[in-house]
Amino acid sequence: MPDPAVHIRDLHKTFLIPHQRVSTIKERVLHPLRRSTHDALHVLDGIDFEVAPGEFFGIVGRNGSGKSTLLKCLAGIYKADSGEIVVRGRLAPFIELGVGFNFELTARENVVLNAVLMGVNPRQARERFDHIVEFAELGEFVDLKLKNYSSGMQVRLAFAVMVESDADVMLIDEVLAVGDAAFQQKCLDVFYRLREAGKTILLVTHDMSMVERFCHRALMLRDGSIELMGDPATVGRRYLQVNFAETIGLEFERIDAPAASVREVWFSDAEGRRVDSVPHGQPFAVNALIEAHEPVSHPLVELWISDRDGRRAFAATSSGGADVPPTLDAGQTLEVGIVLEEPRLASDRWYLGCAIKRGSAGVDIVTLVERAADVLIYGSHPPQAPMGTPFHVRAATGSAQRDPVA
Amino acid sequence: MSTVATDLSAGPSAFSRDWRRLSSLSWLLARTKFRIAYFNSVLGPLWSVMRPLMLFAVLYVVFTQIVDFGGDIPNYPVLLLMNMVLFTFFTEATGQAVGSLVENEGLVRKMFFPRAAIPFSTVLTSCLNLGVNLVVVFAFVLAYGVDPTWTWLLLPLILAPLILFTTGVGMLLSALYVRYRDISPIWSVASTMLFYGTPVLYVVSTAPERFQRYLLFNPIAALLEQARHWIIDPTAPGTFEAIGGWPWILVPVAIWLGAIVVGTWVFNREAPWIAERL
Repeated sequence: MPDPAVHIRDLHKTFLIPHQRVSTIKERVLHPLRRSTHDALHVLDGIDFEVAPGEFFGIVGRNGSGKSTLLKCLAGIYKADSGEIVVRGRLAPFIELGVGFNFELTARENVVLNAVLMGVNPRQARERFDHIVEFAELGEFVDLKLKNYSSGMQVRLAFAVMVESDADVMLIDEVLAVGDAAFQQKCLDVFYRLREAGKTILLVTHDMSMVERFCHRALMLRDGSIELMGDPATVGRRYLQVNFAETIGLEFERIDAPAASVREVWFSDAEGRRVDSVPHGQPFAVNALIEAHEPVSHPLVELWISDRDGRRAFAATSSGGADVPPTLDAGQTLEVGIVLEEPRLASDRWYLGCAIKRGSAGVDIVTLVERAADVLIYGSHPPQAPMGTPFHVRAATGSAQRDPVA
Repeated sequence: MSTVATDLSAGPSAFSRDWRRLSSLSWLLARTKFRIAYFNSVLGPLWSVMRPLMLFAVLYVVFTQIVDFGGDIPNYPVLLLMNMVLFTFFTEATGQAVGSLVENEGLVRKMFFPRAAIPFSTVLTSCLNLGVNLVVVFAFVLAYGVDPTWTWLLLPLILAPLILFTTGVGMLLSALYVRYRDISPIWSVASTMLFYGTPVLYVVSTAPERFQRYLLFNPIAALLEQARHWIIDPTAPGTFEAIGGWPWILVPVAIWLGAIVVGTWVFNREAPWIAERL
């Protein structure tokens, strides 16, 4: 096995939060003997992991779990209390895009400054400038001062510098939260490319779909230690579980119960009879019965089917359903059924999850249940992949001989 | 592909072993700052020439026409200009250095780079100003009728120690300011005191005889006195003579060296913690 690209052993980091900050000389002079008392905040409490060269490694965790501190220790910005951090190759941190950008300078000057801060030497930075401008799609604007750029253009420029920095190990913190959709897609393409190119990447994010899409492995931090490390789907699911459990828990403290709850979810056949197994390819429906405990405006019920690893294969919402009322009154129930007309799910056991959302934007989650019912799809296709589309096989033999090239 | 293993648990260093990176970064930051200083002004970079010219006009009128401060000091107006330019370099660079780490918080908290690049770059920016100013100084020195001598070539022997001293003090102040925000007002008062305590407007020999030696304990005073001897007035005593030779000369040298060593030591000790204390 090759040497790991990043090796972290028993990493500890504590911040001292003084009760009374002695930060002026006068206080020091007047109270020379008073030791400032402080709380020790153990932000990182014994972190161990290794990242292999070429691995795309995700780091997830809630705010305050220590992931930013871990990143800053890894980036060499903070000094660790104890432990080892060994990085093989050149490391470039991207904790924020466009660090050191100066609005009075042109793109050209900013690119050089930003790249040199990242450890690229000035000559290389100038050589790569054309690539950077091309990637950022800035063409004719290169000699414009940065302050005349739109924020989207600034982000594109910053991201382009990052891509061209050519570091062996990249630390990336939530950089994709910015930019328009087209550029985000481009960033995703770059991530694929970097992954293919065998770059070692550590990505810190809240976005579980990113983790599942790109990462080979992921770790989840909780209160300064590693809660879970392993395959991205498992880590992602655990993250959602912990997050929602705690959100709901908080709501229970403030109000007695969430505004609405999921009474029941079930599978049914096309006629509405409850079933626990469906022949492969036959239409069936997923259903939920929800109850409002207080008025819920713009209720939206989301139902999804996932496999045993939590990967969703199908998801739909009640949006567009003619009988969904604009407001659900307290005590009112709502039954939602979504009929899958031509299901292609492969033969396997499938699980049903449900979320209640509210508000016209449909992003405010009231409550959520995962794996609340299951169904067995049976039929001819063995469960090797989530989709079981009907197919037939064609084959023909041929000769490997080709016409000689003249 | 380089697969050098680096241990990062020690946090950011002040200087790092990669001197090329430190120097190119310091230089780039300094140049940026120098260029930005005159943006949006009508005269632009011309101001770096205009400022010493205007300074000279004021000094000339006040100290030679209104109060006859110079008395019989030879070439007093140009001596005054040179002293002001050299001394202003020191106060400007150190004054900027005090808050430099805090002002560049965005860089320090988000990037890993040798921390000394920040105070170095402020000193370098002042060096660029100094360079322009010195051209003006020499233009006036010639215009005033001072004969060029070979000792003008020794100017770097004044500038190099001055820049090193300024860098040492700048590092000390910037690192301490992260912990103690009192440094800023203290230093602005200290700079003013130092201005009057240093023979800038006057020369050492105008001070009472028993104080002369002590005035020259100040490394800046020692350098100004030597610059006067080499550039403006070869008949004036050099620092070595004025201070009384051995062993007195060792005092300003020790203070000079001490400032550099302490500044470097303190900055180096504080460097790993700067990001989290800002």
